Formats: sequence, structure tokens, C-alpha cells
Amino acid sequence: MSQLATRDLTVRFGGHVAVNGVTCSFEPGTLTAIVGPNGAGKTTYFNLISGQLKATAGRVTLDGRDLSDLPPSGRTRAGLGRAFQLTNLFPHLTVLENVRLAVQATRGGSHRRGFNLWSIWSDHRDLIARADEILAAIEMKAKEREIVANLPHGDQRKLEVALLMALEPTVFMFDEPTAGMNAAEAPVILNLIRQLKADRSKTILLVEHKMDVVRELADRIIVLHNGALVADGEPAQVIASPIVQEAYLGVAPGGRDAQDASGRDVAPPTPSLPSRGGLPSDGGAR
Amino acid sequence: MSDDLLTLEGVNTHIGAYHILHGVDLAVPRGQLTMLLGRNGAGKTTTLRTIMGLWHASAGRVTFDGRDITRLDTQRIAMLNVAYVPENMGIFADLTVKENMLLAARGARTIAQIDQQRLQWVFSLFPAVEKFWNHPAGKLSGGQKQMLAVARAIVEPRRLLIVDEPSKGLAPAIINNMIDAFAQLKASGVTILLVEQNINFARRLGDTVAVMDNGVVVHAGTMEALARDEALQHSLLGLAI
Repeated sequence: MSQLATRDLTVRFGGHVAVNGVTCSFEPGTLTAIVGPNGAGKTTYFNLISGQLKATAGRVTLDGRDLSDLPPSGRTRAGLGRAFQLTNLFPHLTVLENVRLAVQATRGGSHRRGFNLWSIWSDHRDLIARADEILAAIEMKAKEREIVANLPHGDQRKLEVALLMALEPTVFMFDEPTAGMNAAEAPVILNLIRQLKADRSKTILLVEHKMDVVRELADRIIVLHNGALVADGEPAQVIASPIVQEAYLGVAPGGRDAQDASGRDVAPPTPSLPSRGGLPSDGGAR
Repeated sequence: MSDDLLTLEGVNTHIGAYHILHGVDLAVPRGQLTMLLGRNGAGKTTTLRTIMGLWHASAGRVTFDGRDITRLDTQRIAMLNVAYVPENMGIFADLTVKENMLLAARGARTIAQIDQQRLQWVFSLFPAVEKFWNHPAGKLSGGQKQMLAVARAIVEPRRLLIVDEPSKGLAPAIINNMIDAFAQLKASGVTILLVEQNINFARRLGDTVAVMDNGVVVHAGTMEALARDEALQHSLLGLAI
């Protein structure tokens, strides 16, 4: 079993407590969505788990093993796999080279010792076969020769998921995996996440603002607000809770129904633009 | 006076060895909100960057209010009263939120010189901007940086507001604030051009729509007509909106 847990996890920046005593565990075969207002501490919580940030207090454990003192690389080796909110790729290499490097980091040479031409060649063939498989899964075979820096943002996000898959972690952490993708492209990523979920052995954490995605994929939702864990439970129940309705979805207290599946709710009235704040004085025709 | 504040005619853009835009024709009508849609890699961001002079068109013409701006430098284009929020947000990470806002308010040398009513309006839309006023902008979360980027663009009235994916990374409540804000800006006479992947956002706000694919505009019309025509949505966007 690869259970991920955080205990009293806390980080302070000066006087600001960005993540405040979060105790939570994540079971294999479960997809947990982490929601909350912008700045609630979602990405910071991820940073603490993956080791990008050092906690002020608290522990991170995987399978009972304490990872708290390991650097990010050590945590990755222990099985934590993370995709970033900002893309983190080798920009000057091709798509295929990026994926191959990730495959190589996991498989290359680790199971064979000594210098042997045959094993180098067959290793290489295995690496390429695995990289091919992953590129096919993210529907990017056709772009495998392109330099990553030249890819549009959405493709870079897809590639990032590919690198994560190549690392074969036991815990997958996704931070807004479909941000910047259009509604026709996002399903490729969502399908990948569904496939990971179907495996039942993976622990999946997902930070996501698109509530239709959360509704469809999550087995459980936890809510962060001002750095603290304020709700945890079954999706429908958490979404209906006042804290999510008011602080996150912006539905007026005691007012309207929950946001519908397409997000077509109406927020409380936004204050009006001051009347003289319209066209600049030199506006209009000249 | 033309009904279009901004027009692109046969615009081609090369980035290094890559030919990205292959003759873009686009009209942005005055006082309307135009949505630029299309899959990743279609050329939407390159189109915005070409308008702003961040890439120069290798052929074709960009006209703003009757004036040819194709060869103009970015700051000259901005001084024509154009605000632009780039895809990467362009936040000055080492400056405070306040300093970022002050830089964007071109008519003001101090915060006191900014239209205070308008500033309060911006604060009410994006509470994080007020909350972290004296913090380095680099310390903001991804979504808060996005709020600051849009806040900078609307802190003063502009004639044309161009935003590359305003809703990216934002919590639903803030997206709703932003939809209201753009509707109000439009009602005040501002012309708006948005690239947006959030179809709900696009449908609620768009008057005019242009769909790009492979570096050209493949469809232009009203959002209303596109919203009605499911077959067209499927052929253009690969989905129903």
C-alpha cells in the first residue's frame, strides 16, 4: 500500500502562515480533489509534499516512511510524481527527447550493470518503445520531432503529464492539468487521469478549479482556505457546504442553488464600474 | 469612421524559421467584445503579440482607429491607449503589488493620483490585490498573479483591452467577478479582444467571435450565431458549446 499522509504540515513566510497544520491522508485508488480560493495554499501544500518548499513544522510520509528530510529528487525516487502549475520541461530538446529522458531516469541502466553493447542497444530500444507508448497515449506522436520551446502552451502541459507518466510514480500530483487548454483538448488529459484512476493502485491528488472536472473525477474533495483544511468528504456533500458555496463558488449565502455542471451560476452582484471610469477623455474619433 | 477599431489584413508572422500566421484577417468592432477561439497552436497568442508589436508582421497590415500600426514599437502601440495582458502575465515579481499597479496607471505618479473610485472597484473585483498591496508580487499564488495582471490592465480606462486567457487559474467566484467586470467595461464603451478557452466565459460575454486554425481565421461572425449552430461548433471547435 502506498498511502501518502501529511501531519500538522505548516509553512510560514514571515508572519504569513501559508499552510496551517494540515493533517490528511490519501489512499491508493482514490482521486482527491483539492479546491479553495486563489491563494488558499493549494500549490504551497503541493510544494511541501513534493519537497520544493521546506515545511516550518509537520511531517510528510509515504507508506509509513518519513520523507520530510528528503529533497525533491529523493521524494520523486520514493514515488511522488508531480506535474507543475508552470511547465517544467527541457525547452531546447524535442518532445521525444524529453519523454525519453524521463523514461531513462526511471528504467535506464538501473537493472543492468557493466558495459555491454547488446544491453545498451536493447535498453535503448526499450526506452524508445516506452516513450512511443506514452506519446501515443497523449496523442503527440505527430509532434515528437518538434522543439519543446516552440510548442503552444497546451501541448507543453500535455508533455508534462507524459513525463510524469514516464516516471511511473505511485502518487500523482496534478496542479490544474488542463489550464490553458481548450474544451476539445482537455479530454486527452482527463482521459489519462481516468486511466490512472482505473488502475486502482495509484494515489491521485488534483488541484482543479473546473468544477465539472472535479465532479466527474473526484472520489473525495478537501477544501483549503487561508492555509487550513476546512472541509473533507464526499464530493456532493463538500460542494454543497456553505464554505465552498460562499468562499469558493461565490454564491450568496442562503441564496441560489449550487453551481450547475457547466458552471452557469450567477455570482453575487459585482460593484459597478464608477461612471466616469469609462472611455478615456481622448477616446472616440479623432 | 470605420465601425472597426482594430483590423488585421493578410497578416503573416514568422518566429525564427517558423511561419506561424498565414494571412490573418480579423476585425474588432468598436465597443464590442470579440472572442478569439481555436485549439492550441492555432495562432491566437501570436496574433495578439503581432497586434502589440511584440512580433512584427512579415506581411499584411494592422490598423488601429484608421492608423497603420504594423511597424510601430510596442510602447507606441500601448500609448495609443491599448492595454494588453500577455499569456505569461508579465508581473514584475520584485516589485510590490502596489508598484505594479502604479506602473500600469500611466496617468498617475502616486497612488493618490489614481481614480480612487475606480481603484476601489478593482479591489472589489480582485480582493487579493488589496490584501497583498505591499507584498512583492512574486509571492502571489498563480491565480492571484493573474488577478493582478488583469487589475493592471483595467486600473485606468483604455480604448482597447486585449487579454490572453483572463480566466486561467482562477477560482469560480473570481471568474464570475471578471465576467461582470468585462461586461461593465464594454458597457462603458471599451473595445475588448479576448483569447479564452473557457467556453462558458466566451459564450456569456462574446458579441463577435473569430475562430483560428493553422494560423488563419477560419470563421468570423456573431457569438449568438455560433451558439445557435451546433454543427458549426463541432466543425470549428470539435465540441458543442
